[in-house]
Amino acid sequence: MKRFLFAATTVVALTGAAATWAAMDPIATRQAVMKNNGMAIGTLAKMAKGEAPFDATAANLAVRIFYSGSAGYTTLFPDGTQTGGDTEASPKIWEDMAGFEAKNTAMMEAAAAAMATPIADLDGVKAALGAIGKTCGGCHETYRVKKDG
Amino acid sequence: MIKRLILTLLALALVGAGVFWLVTAPQTLSETDLPDHAPDLANGEYMFYAGGCASCHATPGSDDKLALGGGLKLGSPFGDFFVPNISPDAEDGIGGWSTLDLVNAMVKGVSPNGSHYYPAFPYTSYQRMKLEDIIDLKAFLDTLEPVKSDVPPHDLPFPFNIRRTLGGWKFLYLDGKPFEPDPDASDQINRGAYLVTGPGHCGECHTPRDALGGLERDKWLTGAPSTEGEGTVPGITADTLEGWTAADIAYALESGFTPDFDSLGSSMAAVVRNTAHLTPEDRDAIAAYLESVHGQ
Repeated sequence: MKRFLFAATTVVALTGAAATWAAMDPIATRQAVMKNNGMAIGTLAKMAKGEAPFDATAANLAVRIFYSGSAGYTTLFPDGTQTGGDTEASPKIWEDMAGFEAKNTAMMEAAAAAMATPIADLDGVKAALGAIGKTCGGCHETYRVKKDG
Repeated sequence: MIKRLILTLLALALVGAGVFWLVTAPQTLSETDLPDHAPDLANGEYMFYAGGCASCHATPGSDDKLALGGGLKLGSPFGDFFVPNISPDAEDGIGGWSTLDLVNAMVKGVSPNGSHYYPAFPYTSYQRMKLEDIIDLKAFLDTLEPVKSDVPPHDLPFPFNIRRTLGGWKFLYLDGKPFEPDPDASDQINRGAYLVTGPGHCGECHTPRDALGGLERDKWLTGAPSTEGEGTVPGITADTLEGWTAADIAYALESGFTPDFDSLGSSMAAVVRNTAHLTPEDRDAIAAYLESVHGQ
């Protein structure tokens, strides 16, 4: 069932992406998705660090942002978007698209697991932050190249 | 007249060769240089993470970061290096090594058979380590599983493939000095300085290198182009980490997240897997030290 859901989401996202490529800028879009992910991690991390009060709604919404952010995310890297727009995408993405997709799926699955058991307390925030957060660096390790220092 | 000139030139060449031979001869410590120290296994494991050994030596693609089969390719402007196996396997790894062998490798950059290691192995930093910490690390490495592996030789063009020339490189860049605490700095900053400059070998990537590949120490930790290919390695001094508090630095070393919740990538992802094993006090010490370093 879970697998079917992933497949269905991917198909929907793919179809959607194909239709809108002409109208949108994939580089700007994928950067905006990453910004969004950053804000979601910030929401969880601030609660985990005690800098913000625990808020179940915000925490569960943050988890959903990772799920929606990773849906069809890899389709934002079509051929021809290797450079330009201050992209920090590594050339390795296009050399190993399957590996890149696997990293994206890892984030989606971590988010899905956190959605299956909604966050109810601070320990839940920490667990979700750990599980999802690991998949951020897991992908950046290979597929992102920092250029601005 | 001509004969005298030729003789003089020959004599000079001979002296030159002699100097080259002396300067480039690998220098090592002997058994009597080692302190009398009973190995502390727990500290050895801690040094394994502080030293980031697995970042390079773990078998690429393996989830087991304690399988130290080597084989990772490290690109550089001088050619490609292939990281050796440092598991306790007697044939493919360092199973037959004595404690002194590991000390000489890490502090002098010399292998048990007396040849120079390339400084892709960061002995320019490890030379600052306390010998006790290396003795402990050896004891920990001995407890790991032996791994078989077939690591290719380094792929380096002439003249970089002549190991003896590294003696000249070391003459320029390996000063042989242990870590010296700054008497004017706090214990916390000195602990951080030790971790950063010694085992942590942060300067190897975060400090720029000159044309011969030596660290430009007057630009300590101010950031550098990546030696492995595209991109840049950011500066980590107080001036280059503008807007970061010490707590931000410590949190990034624990979680991998920057103050604006970007996630550290490239080789820093592996570094964070190591620094996450350090005590909160040591991450705070590293942060306090970095906040005390200036330059951009």
